[in-house]
Amino acid sequence: MRPFTYERPTDVAAAVKAVAATPGAKFLAGGTNLLDLMKLDIEQPTHLVDVNRLPLAGIEDTPQGGLRIGSMVTNSHLAADARVRSRYSVLTQAIVSGGSGQLRNKATAGGNLLQRTRCAYFYDPSKPCNKRHPGSGCSAMEGLNRNSAIFGASDACIATHPSDMAVALTALGAGVETMTADGATRSLAVADLHRLPGDTPHLETNLAAGELITAVILPPAPPGGQVYRKARDRASYAGGLASVAVVGNQVAFGAVAHKPWRAEKTEAALAGGASAVEAAHAELAGAQDNGKNGFKIALVARMTADALGQASPGRGA
Amino acid sequence: MKTTITVNGQARSLDLDTRTSLLDALREHLNLKGTKKGCDHGQCGACTVLVNGERINSCLSLAVMHDGHEVTTIEGIGGEDSLHPMQQAFLTQDAFQCGYCTPGQICSAVGMLKEAAENWPSWVTDDLDGAVALSDSEIRERMSGNICRCSAYPQIIAAIRDVAGEVA
Repeated sequence: MRPFTYERPTDVAAAVKAVAATPGAKFLAGGTNLLDLMKLDIEQPTHLVDVNRLPLAGIEDTPQGGLRIGSMVTNSHLAADARVRSRYSVLTQAIVSGGSGQLRNKATAGGNLLQRTRCAYFYDPSKPCNKRHPGSGCSAMEGLNRNSAIFGASDACIATHPSDMAVALTALGAGVETMTADGATRSLAVADLHRLPGDTPHLETNLAAGELITAVILPPAPPGGQVYRKARDRASYAGGLASVAVVGNQVAFGAVAHKPWRAEKTEAALAGGASAVEAAHAELAGAQDNGKNGFKIALVARMTADALGQASPGRGA
Repeated sequence: MKTTITVNGQARSLDLDTRTSLLDALREHLNLKGTKKGCDHGQCGACTVLVNGERINSCLSLAVMHDGHEVTTIEGIGGEDSLHPMQQAFLTQDAFQCGYCTPGQICSAVGMLKEAAENWPSWVTDDLDGAVALSDSEIRERMSGNICRCSAYPQIIAAIRDVAGEVA
């Protein structure tokens, strides 16, 4: 691991200022992804600003009837919160489907959103990767792309976003609050947090340099059932091949795109009276097969139809 | 960087390179070799310790992040003359072969039982509003962050089931 300096502020504005003022600096939250990538020499920060002692670890009710989740709430505590499991069960399910007990005790809401792809070529510094070295090429395009994106990919990158939690948050229509380098706060939807790869796959979010996620905002849960489905190669402790979050008539897919994928065509089809199967196919009609990831198209269609039926048993198949 | 961590009840002051993982601090600086380095990437669980009572992978944490924290390693769980019930259960149930993953398994199991006692849900918990019952499938799911390459899993589950029954 390359050398770095380290500081541990206790004030949010000071933390933001520290990262903004130091070229090569990064925030360090749980560290379960960042430190792993630093060991592999994929991340090379020169300065780490540890945000673990910032006062961002609370969960509060909002006046609108939702929840405000501090960005440093650990995955474990978020999943176990009584309000979350009773009103936002899709979020609890998504979180406990990810990682291991040890990782969830360390990982945080903010860090989870900002974790990086698990594409095998991103993890292999001996191979070209437009994320690691813009312009070097994409090895996955014609390589081992079984776990690659089927939506929104570009000629430059077919990597996926690996988070489960973010898929549930996208289906819930959640937002994030941030503090920018000048100390101002702003809000944006989780759906607008991550970018599609385009020709700049090294730019993964719409956050500015030094901008820190301070909270995740859950709106009141919409009516209807909530379901999280995940397909993976092992029964536990494995990233998803694909996942589906259903919240009433709101639907999002995971592990199929560079960002959590809101299935707007499925939602529109449901609004138009389509059956669950028809609604699932409405979105999947736009999916792309790169050779080894084509199985995801039928997989996600079946998972979606099944999850829609489970969320609303009265809905026609 | 100067860092003080309370390890197994004793305040230990260290002057560390910022890159030092909590795992390396325990093993190489404090000579607590019970905590094992397996993959060093959070995939195997051999390095599991308790920090402020919660289990984590000590390989994926910087020691300097734990200034002021309370860390419990397998040496603090119990000793030869004062075995923790989980250590005794692993012996009774023959829950290991080579033993390399065992300290991590035991620390993880102790942390896991506390999580279940606090009614934390898992992926196989059907009723999120009900009380968690530690079935074998619950134990398997909650222990999936600890790999045993000798595949002593049936005995590991038996050992944990024994202790879970005692504390339940």
